[in-house]
Amino acid sequence: MMTLDTVGVHRQARVIMIDGGHRIRSYLNTLGIHIGDWLTVVQRAPFRGPVLVEIHGSRVALGRGIATKIRVDMDGVLESLSGSTEVFGAGS
Amino acid sequence: MRFLLAGQPNSGKSSIFNSIAGYRSATANFPKSSISYTATRALIAGREVEVVDLPGIYSLTSSDEAAGPAERYLLDEPYDLIINVVDASRLGRSLELTFQLLEFRRPMIVALNMMDEAHRRGVEIDDRALAAELGVPVVTTVSRLGRGLKQLFRDGLRHAAAAVPPVPPTYDLEVEEAIAEVATGLTSRAVVTGVPTRLVAAKLLEGDPHLSGRVLRADPEIARVVEAVGGRLESAHGWSADQVVSGSRHALAHAVEDRVVTLRPAGDGWREKADRLLLNQWTGGPIMVLILGGFFWLVFGIGRRVEAPLLDAFNWIQGSVAEQFPAGGLTATLADGLVMGLAGGVAIVLPYVIPFLIGLAILEDTGYLPRLAYILDSLMHHIGLHGKSVLPMILGYGCSVPAIMATRVLESEKDRKITAALTSFIPCSARTVVIFGLVAAFMGPLWALAIYLVNIVVIVLLGTVMASRMKGASPGLVLEIPDLSLPDVKTLIAKTWLALREFITIAWPLLIASSIILGLLEWGHGAEAVNRLLSPLTVWLLGLPAAVGMTLVFGVLRKELTLVMLVQALGTTDLATVMTTQQLLTFTLFVVFYVPCIATIAVLARQMGWRGALAISGLTVTAAIVVALAGRLLYSVFG
Ligand SMILES: Nc1nc2c(ncn2[C@@H]2O[C@H](COP(=O)(O)OP(=O)(O)O)[C@@H](O)[C@H]2O)c(=O)[nH]1
Ligand SMILES: [Mg+2]
Repeated sequence: MMTLDTVGVHRQARVIMIDGGHRIRSYLNTLGIHIGDWLTVVQRAPFRGPVLVEIHGSRVALGRGIATKIRVDMDGVLESLSGSTEVFGAGS
Repeated sequence: MRFLLAGQPNSGKSSIFNSIAGYRSATANFPKSSISYTATRALIAGREVEVVDLPGIYSLTSSDEAAGPAERYLLDEPYDLIINVVDASRLGRSLELTFQLLEFRRPMIVALNMMDEAHRRGVEIDDRALAAELGVPVVTTVSRLGRGLKQLFRDGLRHAAAAVPPVPPTYDLEVEEAIAEVATGLTSRAVVTGVPTRLVAAKLLEGDPHLSGRVLRADPEIARVVEAVGGRLESAHGWSADQVVSGSRHALAHAVEDRVVTLRPAGDGWREKADRLLLNQWTGGPIMVLILGGFFWLVFGIGRRVEAPLLDAFNWIQGSVAEQFPAGGLTATLADGLVMGLAGGVAIVLPYVIPFLIGLAILEDTGYLPRLAYILDSLMHHIGLHGKSVLPMILGYGCSVPAIMATRVLESEKDRKITAALTSFIPCSARTVVIFGLVAAFMGPLWALAIYLVNIVVIVLLGTVMASRMKGASPGLVLEIPDLSLPDVKTLIAKTWLALREFITIAWPLLIASSIILGLLEWGHGAEAVNRLLSPLTVWLLGLPAAVGMTLVFGVLRKELTLVMLVQALGTTDLATVMTTQQLLTFTLFVVFYVPCIATIAVLARQMGWRGALAISGLTVTAAIVVALAGRLLYSVFG
C-alpha cells in the first residue's frame, strides 16, 4: 500500500483509505474525494510542497501532510477496512 | 418573497446576485470568497423579491467555517425558494450538495451555471433529463454573461408561488433503512426542530457538527439510537456511518451525472497550457517572481508618471491660493489645508492606488491567487502556516480590513490568529502610497523594493516565533484550484470602483478635514505640543524633523493621511528639499510597520478580541522602532 505523496506525476491512483479523524475525512469528502475514487496526479511541487490532483474534473491541491494520510493503490485492488479484499476491474 | 442562492464555492452565485443587485457582492476566482451573506431587493416580473447570497459551501455536513451559517440560515430563516447554483462543468460534485438541499423539502430550482465552461471542456448535459432526475426545474445559465438569468428568476418566481416541495433523494437501501430508523426514534421522542425529521436523522448519522449539537441537547437519549444504528451500518460496510452516508450520496450524484452527461473529447486550451507552466515544479516559482515583480514595476511606473504633472498643478494652485489671503492669517491656513487635503487625495493617493487595485483585481479574477497558495505552500510551512494563508496575506497588500476578515477561510484557530497578526504587518495600498511617494520617488524603485523585502523578512521572523509558541494542529493545505479565466473588464472596473468608493467617501473627506485640523493646530500652536511629546521618538531616536510627530498620529486614523499630512506639516510637496534621504527612509520604514489603522484594529479585535488586537498593535510599534532604527543606522554606515 502506498500513500498519495509517493505517486508520480501523470499517474492514476485509487483512494483506498483515508487515515485521520472524521474532520479530515469529511473535509476531503466535501471536495469530492471519497474512498474508491480514481484520481490523477497532475503536478508535484518541489521542496515537499503540495501535490496537485485531478478528480472528477476539478483540481485540488493537497499539502504533503494530507497526502501522506491518503492511501492509494494503483492497480485497482480495493481493500476494505474490514480486511477482506475485493477485486475491481482496473478503472478508467 | 425571499430567494436564497445556495451553491458550492465558485459556482457563480455572486455573479448571479450582482446581475440583479448591481455590484454589491464581491466576486473572486478563489474558493470560498464570500463568507458572510449579502442580501438585496429586486423587482422581478413586478414582484418585490429579496435575494440572499449565501456563503459558498461544498457540503452542509462539512466542519468548515461557512457551512455553519449557511445551514443555520437554511434551517431557521423564512424563505420561499432555494436557487441551487450548480457548476455544470463539475456536475457530479455539485450534485452532492444539491441532494442535501433537496432534503430541506423547500421549493427549489437549479441554475445550471457555467454552461460555457462545461461546453469548452466537452461536457454536454441533458438539462431536461437532469430536471427529471432531480424532480425540480433546471435552467441553464451563463451568469457571467447574464445569459439565462431572466428565465431563471421568472421560472423561480412561478415555482416559488406554486410552492411544491421536492421529493428527497433515495439512497442505498441500508442507508435508507438506517435513516428511517433514526427518524422514528426522533418522532417518537417528539424532537421539535421545524425541519423534516428525515433530514435531521441523516445529519445525525453523518455526525453533522452544527445540527447534531442542537438536537442532542434537546434530546440526549437520541444519541444512543444514532450510535446503535450507526454501529450497525459500520459493521455491515466496514466504514464509519458518516462515510457510508456521504459515500452513498457521492455514488448517487455520480450515477446521475453519468446518466445525463455525454463527454466529448476536448483538447487542451490555453488555460491548460498556461497552467502547465504556472504550476510546473521548475518554472512555477520563477514565473511567480516575474508576475509579482512586473506588477510592482507597472504600478510604480504608472503612478509616478501620473503623479508628477498632478503635483505640479497643485503646487501652482497652492501658490495662487496663498496669494489671495494675507500670509499667516486664519483664512490662509484654512484655504491651504483645504487645497492640501484635495491635492493629497487626487495627486498623491490615487495615482498609485488605482493601478494597484486594478492589478490586484486582475490577480484575483484570473484565479492566480490559489496558484500562489499552491506554489508558496512549502515556503509557508517554514513559518508554521500553510499555502492557504497566502490568500489573506496577498489581499493584505490591498487593504488590511478585508484581508483580516478573509483569514476565516483557514480551518484552524492557530492559523487564523497567526495569519491575521501577520496580515496586519503587510503594507496595505495606503502604506504603499507612502513607500512609493517617498522612497521610490526620491530614492529610486530599488529602495522601495528593498522595503518590501525587509517587510517580508520581518513577517517571516514573527511568523516563525508565533508558530513555535502557539499550540494547535492544522490540517494543512486542501484547496481547489479553479480554472484560469480571463478577467472581465466590467467586473474589474466594478471591483476597483467598489474599493475606490470606500476611499472617496470615507478616506478623502477625512483627509481634507484632517488637513484643515492640522493647519489650525499649527496656526494655534497645538501641533507643537504633540510634536514635542513625540520628539523623544521622532527626533531623538529616529532623527526625524519634529513636525512628523503629528503626521504619525493622523496616520493611525488612515494610513493615507501620513504622507499627505507630512506634505502639509512640512509645507511642500518636494520633500527632498526638507528631509534627507536617510530621514525619508527611516520615516517610511516606521510608517510601514507601526500601528495598523483604526479600522484594522477594530477588525482584529472582532477576530481575536481586544487583548489580541492591542498586543498586535504593541508588537507593530516595537517592530517599527527596531526596523526604523536599524534602517537609520545601516543607512548612515553604508548609504
Ligand atoms: N465561464 C464562466 N465563468 C463564470 C460564470 N459565472 C461566474 N463565473 C466566474 O467564476 C468565478 C466565481 O464566480 P462567483 O460569482 O464569485 O462565484 P461564487 O463563489 O459562487 O459566489 C468568477 O471569476 C466569475 O467571473 C459563467 O457562467 N461562466
Ligand atoms: Mg461569492
